[in-house]
Amino acid sequence: MITTVPVAVATAAPIIEVRGLSKRFVKRLDLAGRLAARLGSGAVEETVHAVDHVDLTLAKGEVVGLVGESGCGKSTLGRMIAGLLPATEGEILFKGQARASLDGEEARAARLAVQMIFQDPYASLNPRSRVEDIVGEAPLLHGLTTRKGASDYVDSMLTRVGLDPDFKRRYPHQFSGGQRSRIGIARALAVKPEFLVCDEAIAALDVSIQAQVINLFMDLRRDFNLTYLFISHDLGVVQHIADRIAVMYLGRIVEMAPTDELIAKGPNHPYARALLAEVPRLGREKRKFRPVKGEIPSPLNPPSGCHFHPRCPVAVARCSIEAPKLRVIASGRHSACHLND
Amino acid sequence: MSAAPTLEVDNLKTHFFTKAGVVKAVDGVSFHVNAGEILGLVGESGSGKSITGFSILGLIDPPGLIVSGAIRFKGEDLATLNEERLRSLRGNRISMIFQDPMMTLNPVLRIDTQMVETVLAHENIGRKAALERAREALALVGIPAPERRLVAYPHELSGGMRQRVAIAIAFINKPDLVIADEPTTALDVTIQAQILFEAQELCRKTGTAMVWITHDLAVIAALADRIAVMYAGRVVEAGTADEVIAHPLHPYTHGLLGSVPTRNQRGTRLTQIPGMTPSLLNLPDGCAFAARCPRVAQQCCEQQIPSQQILGRSVRCCKPLVAEAVA
Repeated sequence: MITTVPVAVATAAPIIEVRGLSKRFVKRLDLAGRLAARLGSGAVEETVHAVDHVDLTLAKGEVVGLVGESGCGKSTLGRMIAGLLPATEGEILFKGQARASLDGEEARAARLAVQMIFQDPYASLNPRSRVEDIVGEAPLLHGLTTRKGASDYVDSMLTRVGLDPDFKRRYPHQFSGGQRSRIGIARALAVKPEFLVCDEAIAALDVSIQAQVINLFMDLRRDFNLTYLFISHDLGVVQHIADRIAVMYLGRIVEMAPTDELIAKGPNHPYARALLAEVPRLGREKRKFRPVKGEIPSPLNPPSGCHFHPRCPVAVARCSIEAPKLRVIASGRHSACHLND
Repeated sequence: MSAAPTLEVDNLKTHFFTKAGVVKAVDGVSFHVNAGEILGLVGESGSGKSITGFSILGLIDPPGLIVSGAIRFKGEDLATLNEERLRSLRGNRISMIFQDPMMTLNPVLRIDTQMVETVLAHENIGRKAALERAREALALVGIPAPERRLVAYPHELSGGMRQRVAIAIAFINKPDLVIADEPTTALDVTIQAQILFEAQELCRKTGTAMVWITHDLAVIAALADRIAVMYAGRVVEAGTADEVIAHPLHPYTHGLLGSVPTRNQRGTRLTQIPGMTPSLLNLPDGCAFAARCPRVAQQCCEQQIPSQQILGRSVRCCKPLVAEAVA
């Protein structure tokens, strides 16, 4: 088996460190609601705990896969790391420095170093801009290229992601889905980032095109020593590309482990086990599906204690009272389950 | 396999006559499904798999038209039936599950209203009996507390729950054939596994034949008995699921399978199919896959490749990967 994992990954300094990061979305009461509350109707503000005290460290050159079902907060976490959403609580460190404390040139450099690639290759490109503007605008603004050199710069970026530079005068609607996602990647690469947050970046593509883009991601990582946070609901893809996998459930990371170990030894957390067992695979034998019961509860009103306990096949009394902490269970492996005690 | 198949599609051609030209969305598709069997119809977007499904149910609107071919359902040719007869079959003997359950469910009607309506449209029984049937159907697809769900509106249910209701409605009249068009694509993996489990159970229990349309090879590998792979409006390979997945004969199937990330090739480059699917507006004279095919020969570009029987499968290729499959 050939792996493209650089040897130095484990020892490399962290590029992004997330400490106790939380995001709460509060739906404020409108006037009628406030009046009703004052009159004793019991109307209260609704709070969604999208991300709940998450700690995550990404070493330079590493690919971390973030998996979970819809509504588990993985996209919100990705957006906070990319700097698109402010955090409610906690801090994000970029190369050891709290990002909030940086200012001026340093803050700008830290922002540029982290770029995001979005899920929908249709909605994330301005339909009225030509490709050369989509890709070339940011590097020009940030002085990475000159007005004179911009054309060549865009050509080189497009070539790098496998697009013909002759197409750069075209608009997004003139491209196919796979080509559009390449434009999105070229746009992110154009500001010379070190870290890419890929939020379901290949989910909207056909299988054969998906393979092309996955290969591109792996080539770019090798050539530019990029670090990825690869957010996806598709465990097959994540297993293929990630060095480490973090599994999220209702705003919390429940398990984190190196991919090889997760596959070889199996997950520790019952939710991660259920999730991995249910990934359809190209197995030869016909498998009977043995589904985990129930559905992901509403983040408006998450279950007490361990969020997974109502669906968990091995839950004990303590699980419904006390929330388990994410703790080291073996070298490099973390899990948040009381059964490890 | 002595009994006649539940559904037999023979050389079906559904074309769309647009201003830009004739779009040959389905161009000579043939397959069959037996009772109690699940056929996986696999293809990428634009391969014509959904249009094939819509054609079977007579859901093709102008500018689309079934140009030729036969769709034999228990001896009747659906392509030639009048609308009245079709309506008596749809939702009764043949039903469909769509990708988006909100396409099936009416947002302003309660679940029980919609389910009872489906029963009463085809059968002359009392409202009470129909309601009881609806409750049973919901329980059958694994919905907890079906009595409570019956009086709910679609928006009160989660995505997975809605899809189950849609499946329950599809199965409520014990149809002979169900067409499922990417029913789990919009769902999470744990919910998808539940739905697949229930679909499989239902087919085995009721003897319903099912055509499961999907782009996801991994889903179909575990679910289907047989697979038909579509490319640019044609079935390029059809055979039992195990054989097609283990030893693909058509270069496109081979490339498609290589594109799926699996455990044992972690971190390695995926085999990718170069280029992209051709425009259905002007398909080449020869094999539509020729431009992307690594085994392309002179004859591939010159004439249409007929379907031939190799190793018990039908393959539309003049240079199939027989040696690899036998080895």
